[in-house]
Amino acid sequence: MQPFRRHTGLVAPLDRVNVDTDQMIPKQFCKLLTREGYGKFLFYDWRYLPGERPNPAFELNQPRYQGASILLTRANFGCGSSREHAPWGVADYGFRVLIAPSFADIFYNNCFKNGLLPITLPDEQVDELFRRTYAHPGYQLTVDLEAQTLSDDFDLTLTFPIDPFRKYCLLNGLDDIGLTLQHEDKIRAFEEKHQVTPVQYDDVDMWSPERAAD
Amino acid sequence: MSKQTMYEKIWNAHLVHQEDGKPALIYIDRHLIHEGTSPQAFAGLRAAGRRVRRPDLTFAVMDHSVSTKDRTLPVLDDNARAQFEALWRNCRETGVRLFDMHSRHQGIVHIIGPELGLTQPGLTIVCGDSHTSTHGAFGALAFGIGTSEIEHVLATQTLPQFKSKTMLIRVTGRRPPGVTAKDIILAIIGKIGVAGGTGHVIEYAGEGVTALSMEGRMTVCNMSIEAGARAGMIAPDDTTFAWMEGRPFVPRGKDFQVAVESWKTLPSDPGARYDTVVELDISQLAPQVTWGTTPGMVADVTGVVPDPASFADPIERRAAERALEYMALAPGTPITSIPLDRVFIGSCTNSRLEDLRMAAQVVEGRRVSPRIKQALVVPGSRLVKAQAEKEGLDRIFKAAGFEWRDAGCSMCIGMNDDVLPAGERCASTSNRNFEGRQGKGGRTHLVSPIMAAAAAIAGHFVDIRGWGVGLVE
Repeated sequence: MQPFRRHTGLVAPLDRVNVDTDQMIPKQFCKLLTREGYGKFLFYDWRYLPGERPNPAFELNQPRYQGASILLTRANFGCGSSREHAPWGVADYGFRVLIAPSFADIFYNNCFKNGLLPITLPDEQVDELFRRTYAHPGYQLTVDLEAQTLSDDFDLTLTFPIDPFRKYCLLNGLDDIGLTLQHEDKIRAFEEKHQVTPVQYDDVDMWSPERAAD
Repeated sequence: MSKQTMYEKIWNAHLVHQEDGKPALIYIDRHLIHEGTSPQAFAGLRAAGRRVRRPDLTFAVMDHSVSTKDRTLPVLDDNARAQFEALWRNCRETGVRLFDMHSRHQGIVHIIGPELGLTQPGLTIVCGDSHTSTHGAFGALAFGIGTSEIEHVLATQTLPQFKSKTMLIRVTGRRPPGVTAKDIILAIIGKIGVAGGTGHVIEYAGEGVTALSMEGRMTVCNMSIEAGARAGMIAPDDTTFAWMEGRPFVPRGKDFQVAVESWKTLPSDPGARYDTVVELDISQLAPQVTWGTTPGMVADVTGVVPDPASFADPIERRAAERALEYMALAPGTPITSIPLDRVFIGSCTNSRLEDLRMAAQVVEGRRVSPRIKQALVVPGSRLVKAQAEKEGLDRIFKAAGFEWRDAGCSMCIGMNDDVLPAGERCASTSNRNFEGRQGKGGRTHLVSPIMAAAAAIAGHFVDIRGWGVGLVE
């Protein structure tokens, strides 16, 4: 995974609450086999008119927000479906940082697996960032993960909270599975005293290695 | 030892490793998989040269994109077919058990887990699907995960997890006739909001919950995620044990008694502390209907579509305005005068036998309104379908003008060809009324199975409390 240390980028506003993951990547794009290439589907139903023509009424299609890498939005961003296609789309579109008053749990978790930094700020600070984004064309923010700060070119500096372990993993681009497998001895020891293999009492119509061997 | 909640007991029993300042490593007892979110996880595993650690604890099923019509026909959707083939191949290569679309035990993952007895009290259960919260109805800790986490569980049978906060929702009072588990959970979401449970595991308790059947409890836990909570749970009791006994993967005879004794130790200790406590009295609750584009935008069937101007918070007000524009509804419109185009009875929320029995009771001897273009009944599993057919429910639905289909996720998510067309309005027993959820431009109203059935007959929403149905015990 790509490490995240410091990032400066254009801010794009999406002034809506409860943006759900169905809206980020609609169902028809959840039938693919890859993790790549979802950026072109991001916010599909809002972003495109029939024939995949860009919808001029959609905020992110405005010329001034092209090339944005920081998404500023409202509470409960990423609610609904657990589909990781949503953060895949957000990252592939070019976003590296998301700022909102709150995120839905599963989406928030999924962001960290994909090198995305979701930043939670109080409502008033998010309001202020919206004001500045609208007021200053080309409005940029610099995010310093090590220092946990956000700053702009107009003397604003904000600090943001983040769990120290999530921060450490993001800074170093660490692979979760590799970290867990360092504890394989503990997993094995746990499994020895924790027997939970289900016992099958009746015939069940499923493929299994045992049935295949018959 | 201090007093513990059920969540804390299950958490502690699954703690593999814990270090200060890091998430705990939690053991996963059941990993359920479907075709939609797993292919990238298997691909990642393969690319890293890793194996599935515990195929014996992993069960796969085809449900999201399966046809609900004739499955002997070839799958014409190339993407869906590629996903089915990938799941088939991944299971064969790794030894993961699979219920393919032709299995007589196939069904929606959250229907078949409990039905086959794979879901049991005290277990940790995950699936790459947010409605995994359903399994919490048995006193299991069950939650949805992303694809990277699926890969993690495949490789390690564990997940690094931060401990959640706990929320107790105490449901008091007796459920009035015509009011169902679906109405209770919609009312709860309306009360605490769609982010009210964020960061929490919810435990539902109180007489309003313990009086529910297992089917009703699953409906309640299923929609925990719509309140923002990753997991919802209900303490196992005699209703739970009786429902489970005799299912294919549930211990038998003396082993069953031993299991029950251990399951009885799971409920939260009296006096255990929760971070948040919410109370809801259901003795006067009316049937619920959503009017907007989140499950929290919900009203009594006797009410009206609210005026966005009545929302104090400007952000909520704008959200309500957007929702009414999308839903093509005017403020002040009585809920019962909203005309409908389609009706969908199905999904992991409401497609179990009890749901179909209740809906059939409403439908029996009546006809679907001529203004309804399509009324679908999609059983949650092939076992549900077979049992319903044995009871003659399929004949009741078909005689009334409903289509009787094969099991799957169907029009809840519209990944197969059961799609709600743009501009049409649907009374749906599913869980999400998000923009475009059932089909781009489609307008979804979430309701109980009896409300959906009655709406199909009337062509619009009706207060079914006058119909003398809805208290299946």
